[in-house]
Amino acid sequence: MEYIDILLSANFWAAAIRIATPLIFGVLGALVCERAGVLNLGIEGIFVVGAMCGWMAVWLGAGLWGGVLIAALAGAFFGLLHGILTVPLGLSQHVSGLGITMFATSVSYFTYRTALPKVSSPPRIEAFQPLDIPVLSDLPFIGPALFQQTSMTFLALAMVLLVSYVLYRTPLGLAIRAVGDNPSAVEAQGLSVFALRIGAIMAGSALMALGGAFLTMSAFDAFFFGMINGRGWICIALVVFASWRPGKALLGALLFGAFDAFQIRLQNEVGAVIPSQVFLMIPYLLSIVALVLVARKADYPRALLQPYFRGQR
Amino acid sequence: MIRFEPRSNVSSLFALALPIVAGITALALAAIPIAAAGGEVFAAYGHIFKGAFGSKFALSELLARATPLIFTGLAVSVAFRAKLWNIGAEGQLYVGALAAVAVGSGAISAPAYIMIPLIMLAGMIAGGTLMLVPTLLKTRLGADEVVTTLLLNFVVLLFVQMMLEGPMKDPMGMGWPQSEPMTSAATLPKMFPRMRIHWGLVIALVSTLVIYIMMKRSVWGFEIRATGENVSAAKHAGIPVTSTFIKVGLISGALAGLAGVSEVAGLKGYLTSDISPGFGYTGVVVAMLAGLSPVGVVIAAVFIAAVFVGADSMSRAMGVSSYIADLVVAMSLICVLISSLFVRFKIRFVKPKKTPLAAKGEA
Repeated sequence: MEYIDILLSANFWAAAIRIATPLIFGVLGALVCERAGVLNLGIEGIFVVGAMCGWMAVWLGAGLWGGVLIAALAGAFFGLLHGILTVPLGLSQHVSGLGITMFATSVSYFTYRTALPKVSSPPRIEAFQPLDIPVLSDLPFIGPALFQQTSMTFLALAMVLLVSYVLYRTPLGLAIRAVGDNPSAVEAQGLSVFALRIGAIMAGSALMALGGAFLTMSAFDAFFFGMINGRGWICIALVVFASWRPGKALLGALLFGAFDAFQIRLQNEVGAVIPSQVFLMIPYLLSIVALVLVARKADYPRALLQPYFRGQR
Repeated sequence: MIRFEPRSNVSSLFALALPIVAGITALALAAIPIAAAGGEVFAAYGHIFKGAFGSKFALSELLARATPLIFTGLAVSVAFRAKLWNIGAEGQLYVGALAAVAVGSGAISAPAYIMIPLIMLAGMIAGGTLMLVPTLLKTRLGADEVVTTLLLNFVVLLFVQMMLEGPMKDPMGMGWPQSEPMTSAATLPKMFPRMRIHWGLVIALVSTLVIYIMMKRSVWGFEIRATGENVSAAKHAGIPVTSTFIKVGLISGALAGLAGVSEVAGLKGYLTSDISPGFGYTGVVVAMLAGLSPVGVVIAAVFIAAVFVGADSMSRAMGVSSYIADLVVAMSLICVLISSLFVRFKIRFVKPKKTPLAAKGEA
C-alpha cells in the first residue's frame, strides 16, 4: 500500500519536521504573548519582517547567525510597538495587531523594493545547510529524518525547552503566567504589569520573526512577496489547539507538518484527478478544524484581551 | 508623568476631527520612507495630489478605486459595531464576484433590469453565506471568528483559482485562468465615456444610505449597537444576541459580496484571481478611520483610494515603490487607533509629587 510507504519513509518525516519548524517558532511566540494576556495578531506581519530582515542581513554580509539575530531584533521592535499600543495605552488588541501586520508587511515590502528596484529573479543567499552530525546523521531512518535538519530546526526545538523551562520553572515564568490570568495580583506583589507584558510581547515577537527567518534562510534561500501566506494566522489557531502549553505546541506543529507533508505526497499520487488547489486548502481548513475541536473547552488565559490600568479592576 | 483622565462628554466636532488628523499624520509620516528611498518629498506629495485629484480622469480613477472600499468598509463597520470581528471581507468579496460571474456570464439571459438585481442578489447571498460559517462557529462552538475569517480568505482564494482553472475557465481566454466575460445585460454601465467610473459607485452610495438608516432608525440597528457595547448587558435586556450576531454576519458578508459583484460587473467585466489587491483588509482601515459610521466610510474610502491612486502615479513619475500606499494605509490604522485615546481620555501632563508614598506607588 503506497500510503503506508509514505508514512514509513524517512524523507516524509524529514519534510514534516521542516514544515513544522517555522510553526514551532510562531506558535511559541504567540503562546508567550497570550500567556501574558495579550493577543498578537501582528504575527503575520512579524513573520514577513523576520523573513525579509534575516535574508537581507545575510545578503548584505552579516553572516547567517547575524541574520538570525537581526531578524529577532526586528521582530522584538514590532512587538514593542504592539506592546506600547495595547499595554499602557490599552487599545484594542485586535485592531492594533492587524495594524502591526499591515505596517510590518508594507515596511518589509517597501524596503525590499527600494533596495532591489529592478530584479527579475530574487537574489539568493548561501542558506543554512542540513547538519551532518557524526554517527547520529548516519543512523537508519532517524538519521535522515531528524539529524539532517538545519541548525534552525534545532534552535526551534531548543526554544521549546527554553520557553517551557522559563514558564514553569522560574519566578519570571510564574509572573508571566500570572500577569495573563490575574494582573492585579501581580501588581499587588510589587511587580510591574506593564514591564512583564511588554517584555513577553517582545520576546514572543522575536520568536515569531525567527519563524519567518527560517523560511528565507533555511527552507528557501530568497525572499518572495506573499511567501508567508497565512502561516502566522495558522499559528494563532494552533496555539488554542495547544492549550497554551509549549510541549503541546511542539506536538501540534509537528502534527500539522506531518499532515502537510502527507498532502504534498498525496498530491503527487492523485494530482492528476484532483486539482492542486484542493490540497493547498488543506492546511487552512485543518487549522480551522483544530480550532473548532478545542474551542468549547479552551482554557483561555483569563485576562487575555483585557487591558490593565493601575488602581482599577 | 502622563495621566489619562476619562472624558465624560466629547464634542462631536472633536470626534470628527480626530480621524482626519490621523489620516493627515499618516500621510505626513510617509515623508520619511519617501526621503529614505531617495525621493524629493515635496514633489512626491505634489504627484500624489495631482494623481488623485488633478484631472477628470484622475477623479474617475479615484472614485472607481473608492467603490469597492465603500462596500468592504461598510461590511467591516457593521460587523465591528456588534464586535463581530469579520476580517474575512476579502474572501466574501471573491465569492460574491464568483457568484456574479456564475449567474451573469451567460447562464441566464434576461434584460438588464432583471440581470443586475439578480447578480447583486447572487453576490449578496454568496458573501452572506460565507460569513455565516464563522459566525455559526462562533455562536455555536465558541471558535474565535478573527482566526476563522482570516483563514477562510486563503481557502476562498484557492477555490476561486480552482474554478478559474477548471469549470469556470473561459475557453476563449487564450489559456489564461479567467472567467467568461459578463454578458452586456449583466454589466454595470460606465458613467462617462472613456472613464472607468461605473454605476457600482451609485449602488455603494445607496447601500451606505440603507445601512445608515438601518443603524440609526431600526430595531436591528439598536440591537446591533447594544450587542457591541456589552454582550451580557444586551442579553440581560432581552436582546436575542445570537440571532443578532447571525444577522450582522449575513449583512456584513452580503456587503462584502457586493464589492465583488461591483468589481466584476462594473470594472473588470470578468473574474481573475487577482481582482482584489486586498480590498477586504483595507476595508478594516476604512471602517476604523470612519469611526464605524456609514457616512464616514464614504469619506474614508475616498481618502484611502486617493492614497492608492495618488501613490501609483507618484511611483510612476518618481520611481518610489508604490508599496508606499500600503505603508500609509497601515500607518493610518495605527494613527486612528491612537487618536481614539483622545476621545476617551483627557491627557494631562502632571508633575510627579515627591512624597515618599507617591514615589513608592510608582516604583
